[in-house]
Amino acid sequence: MQSNTITRLGDTGLYVLTDLGKMTLFLLMSLRGVFRRPFRFIELVRQIQFIGVGSLAVIFFTAASTGAVLGLQGYYSLNKFGAEGMLGSAVSLTLIMELGPVLTALMVAGRAGSAMCAEIGIMRISDQIDALDCMAIDPFRYLITPKFLATIISVPLLTAVFDVVGIAGGYLAGVGLMDVNPGSFIQGMQTSVTNHDIRLGVIKSFVFGLLVVWICSGRGYFVQEIRGAGFGAESVSRVTTQAVVLSSISVLVFDYLLTAVLL
Amino acid sequence: MTSAIEFKNVVKTFAKANGSVQAVLDRVSFSIPAGKTTVVAGGSGQGKSVTLKIILGLMQPDSGQVFVHGREVTRASGKELEALRTQFGVLFQGAALFDSLTVFENIALPLRERTRKSEQEIRRQVEKTLAQFELTGHEDKYPAQLSGGMKKRVGLSRAMQLSPSIMLFDEPTTGLDPVMTQDIYHLFAKTQAEFGFTSVIVSHDIPKIFNLADQVIILNSGKMDVFDSPEQIQWSEKPHIQEFVQTTMGTIYQSHLVEK
Ligand SMILES: Nc1ncnc2c1ncn2[C@@H]1O[C@H](COP(=O)(O)OP(=O)(O)OP(=O)(O)O)[C@@H](O)[C@H]1O
Ligand SMILES: [Mg+2]
Repeated sequence: MQSNTITRLGDTGLYVLTDLGKMTLFLLMSLRGVFRRPFRFIELVRQIQFIGVGSLAVIFFTAASTGAVLGLQGYYSLNKFGAEGMLGSAVSLTLIMELGPVLTALMVAGRAGSAMCAEIGIMRISDQIDALDCMAIDPFRYLITPKFLATIISVPLLTAVFDVVGIAGGYLAGVGLMDVNPGSFIQGMQTSVTNHDIRLGVIKSFVFGLLVVWICSGRGYFVQEIRGAGFGAESVSRVTTQAVVLSSISVLVFDYLLTAVLL
Repeated sequence: MTSAIEFKNVVKTFAKANGSVQAVLDRVSFSIPAGKTTVVAGGSGQGKSVTLKIILGLMQPDSGQVFVHGREVTRASGKELEALRTQFGVLFQGAALFDSLTVFENIALPLRERTRKSEQEIRRQVEKTLAQFELTGHEDKYPAQLSGGMKKRVGLSRAMQLSPSIMLFDEPTTGLDPVMTQDIYHLFAKTQAEFGFTSVIVSHDIPKIFNLADQVIILNSGKMDVFDSPEQIQWSEKPHIQEFVQTTMGTIYQSHLVEK
């Protein structure tokens, strides 16, 4: 009985290790695709259109409501200490360093990451990726690298949009509804946000973008090799769900790690 | 006679859900002559598609060696494999068309990605192929809008674009009507006479496919029987071959080459 448990543990350990190994190779191959020719520039633009431009509306609404809530909530808390003048600083720092990068990455994972995973997964189960291999067309260069680049370019830009819209939302809520002094809101923001804070936000958004595209496209690529995923359409749907959950969790974990290391 | 593809003691097994092991290829050795047509036949689920995937390096055998033009596929690095694959034209059993590309784009893809041909040359070549496979007028459709037989024909056109030296066709005529099947066979014979490629055709279309065959391989329970001509099959002493002949061909069958 006991040896059975140990066998199973060892088995799972091996599986996880192999999986990590495969995912690492996948990442390297995807990055290598950048240097292979012909480079698919038009495909890159299409992907940016889908991942970046296509996410603008979602990002806009999420940012506006998050910013407005931050404004109201911040006012409520700060008011207790008579420090509502700090609202601009609180809202902008929270957005730039934490919520902007994290929520943008989560939104992109849910919207574009799931689509990517399903697309690649379906191509895998219907032999389309094998067909690319057989035509000696590198599936990484052709299919995956453009998605990587597009996500890594789009997520930081979307994060910037998120930050700006979020701060505007906070301003409207704080200044418009709660009559915080507009001058002190702007002033607080200008004095407290430093280059270091912005850099942290930018680094986070790059890392999160990479995590999302890596996990989502990698899970799709290996859809047939994932334990317990089943077969066919069902396996794609399960793996897609798994990819979104996994990439969201990694974004949150890396958010903590990066904050702890870089703050 | 030089061989294009060679299997040496290849074993391929799959683990079943109940823990037992299914040997799909059990120490199989054979060679496929260059510039000739080899037909692979055998019942459903006997490992024909698996054999093709092993040739392509898409599946690894458990043991044994596979050579393509003298190069060992089973030990090739990613780069060597890519180089080897430039020699293949492949039709998958399910056609494996790119479902977000149109018929035209599917056929043009290898030309666009692997050659430096101008868009105009590509268009001319693809249109010629479309006509050969009676697909003219359907070039703007997506794979989801095609019939089964049309998908097969698009897959065939795509496989033949780069004039590969080895053609691997998994059931090229399944789902085609008899007239179309005959046309495709004529096209095979004609293009092979012209370009001299090696072809490996998996088919259930027995005995008609034997018109094309220089060599026949019959797969059964993990073993292969190789025949140097279709006629030989009928004189085989082995019971399972005799049974195969009885059920697929009925009585005596005479081979004659497709008239050019
Ligand atoms: N990926 C796989 N995992 C497990 N078993 C497999 C796998 N691929 C094929 N098999 C098994 O190997 C055997 C041979 O399959 P294969 O697809 O080669 O058959 P086939 O000869 O092409 O049959 P058909 O004429 O019906 O296409 C089958 O029993 C199949 O269940
Ligand atoms: Mg098959």
